[in-house]
Amino acid sequence: MSDDVMTPEGGPPPGGGEANGWRKEYWRKNLRLMVVLLIVWFAVSFGCGILFVEQLNQVVIGGFPLGFWFAQQGAIYTFIVLILVYAVRMDRLDREYGVHERNHDGGLT
Amino acid sequence: MTETQIWALVFVALTFSVYIYIAWRSRVRETRGFFVAEQNVPAIANGAAVAADWMSAASFISMAGLIAFLGSDGSVYLMGWTGGYVLLALLLAPYLRKWGKFTVPEFVGDRFSETVRSVAAVVAIIVSFTYVVGQMAGGGIVFSRFLEIPQAGGVAIAAAVIFTYAVFGGMKGITWTQVAQYTVMIVAYLIPAWAVAHTITGIPVPQVSFGRILEELNALQAEFGLDQYTQAFTARPQLDVFLVTMALMIGTAGLPHVIIRFYTTKSVRGSRWSALWALVFIALLYTTAPAVGAFTKFNLLQGVQGQPVDALPQWVQNWQATGLVSVSESADTITSITNKATVFADGGADLLVNNDILVLASPEIAGLPAPIVGLVAAGGLAAAMSTAAGLLLVISSSVSHDLYFRYVDHHASEARRLGVSRIAMGLAVLVAIYFGINPPAFVAQVVAFAFGLAASTFFPLLVLGVFWKRTNAAGAVSGMLAGLAFTGSYMIHTLEVFGTSAHEYVFGISPEGIGTLGAVVNLVVTIVVSLATRPPSHEVQEMVEQIRYPAEREEVGAN
Repeated sequence: MSDDVMTPEGGPPPGGGEANGWRKEYWRKNLRLMVVLLIVWFAVSFGCGILFVEQLNQVVIGGFPLGFWFAQQGAIYTFIVLILVYAVRMDRLDREYGVHERNHDGGLT
Repeated sequence: MTETQIWALVFVALTFSVYIYIAWRSRVRETRGFFVAEQNVPAIANGAAVAADWMSAASFISMAGLIAFLGSDGSVYLMGWTGGYVLLALLLAPYLRKWGKFTVPEFVGDRFSETVRSVAAVVAIIVSFTYVVGQMAGGGIVFSRFLEIPQAGGVAIAAAVIFTYAVFGGMKGITWTQVAQYTVMIVAYLIPAWAVAHTITGIPVPQVSFGRILEELNALQAEFGLDQYTQAFTARPQLDVFLVTMALMIGTAGLPHVIIRFYTTKSVRGSRWSALWALVFIALLYTTAPAVGAFTKFNLLQGVQGQPVDALPQWVQNWQATGLVSVSESADTITSITNKATVFADGGADLLVNNDILVLASPEIAGLPAPIVGLVAAGGLAAAMSTAAGLLLVISSSVSHDLYFRYVDHHASEARRLGVSRIAMGLAVLVAIYFGINPPAFVAQVVAFAFGLAASTFFPLLVLGVFWKRTNAAGAVSGMLAGLAFTGSYMIHTLEVFGTSAHEYVFGISPEGIGTLGAVVNLVVTIVVSLATRPPSHEVQEMVEQIRYPAEREEVGAN
């Protein structure tokens, strides 16, 4: 999985140095994930749905001018996928750093 | 009584009894139950409750109608009222849940200072009140059309039911009734939408099939002298579309009654997943709404086009009684149509159709059977009541938890706190009834106020509070007041409210969009003032640090 890209980049040796070094690492990974997802969020809604809507409207699929489709349908589907990716990856990140909650809730089960 | 009225009565009575039964089952004895439903709500149920809390009379009753008249630019509501959940899930919900207390101002108080908390509590009350008025008025429209009860009586009945479950059950009662109300609302929205889509295109998936009529609709619009339906920026300039969409998104993420719903999950993880469920449930309605808008507009235009005034479809007559549909006296046949009362009054159109009725009337316009029309009435009420209840909880908790116990009665016992919160809730319901009967403006327009204010006050404050440790009390309070003053004064400048006259928009920016700029003002002022004053204490910085991690680090695997 592409997850490997996000694992330790030769950070401080475990146990040595600051006891809370993991905190910085965890937070940095959280922020990176967040920024990537927010870029997609902006590109799809404000990009495809507003800034470039007229150019995209030249293409018509299934009766929908494409820009119009993004503005009234596509952006919403994308938002769902973004939150799904965030929830899944944060679950993984929490476990990786041992900060997951032991009293479990949510998820698809 | 007509057949429609009987069915409406049956569905409304049935759903109301369910709500009251749930209220009885979930009455609470502790403030933790009253304010945050014992923090024991499963993610999927919480998602449904968020969806019901969120989707108001404006979403259910007005939105598709607005889209029908705005065409492509109706997307500001579609993207604006869903995109905020991405911000909420990524930037706020998990952190505020980790911190885990009762109200949004309370977080602000712990993070900044008691002064900021009081300002935030007052802003939360103002925002929630502007919003609750729209809900009450929306409920009144449903009652007056479907049960032919005068608006005042309708508002009072809906408020009495809300009173029952909100006062006794607090957040717990509200949460579980919201789950039921979501179900009622979505069924009532989807069934007619499927039916209409199937009738017109033969494909019962409105999200897909409304593409098939867009070309025809564009042609039909042209015959009425209207802009192309799929043409962007006909209703608003591009800059304004951008700003309004952004204001609605960050407003959504900053609305106290939405944020507070994420306090009720069992865990931080639960708050992330419940944001996902919430958006899935909301998207079911929000991806259907543009289809309902397009189909209804199509049916509407086809139904009245070139018709002599005395041969108009039955629904026109049904709705004329409410004053929301009017036929010009000078018209012989219908050749033009508008949703603006002022245009109509000047003789600019033959037929006036108010946005707010299109969803409620769509089954009638499409000629669907009476039970479906009745079901839509129950759905409209569920939408209005679920949102009103969530807002009333914010008002009650701000008044009691954030203000009364701080300033008047510090040492109140648990029982007394619960009592005071219930009284605050009761009073809030009474004030809401008053404004519901005397609403200041259109349902959706009133709601737009609340968004602008939430966008320019809470959102920057909370995001900076979580992500930038250096933010301090002085910065927060000046930022919030600057955002509020900027946004509020532009709204008063451009709208006719409180007896002021409306001025021209500056750079074509509408009052709905100004919240985006207000948020920027807030952000800049907060950062500048924070940097110019002393950093927050070590304890506060440690608190901000702590909310970043869902739980204590497990020793397994560490070191």
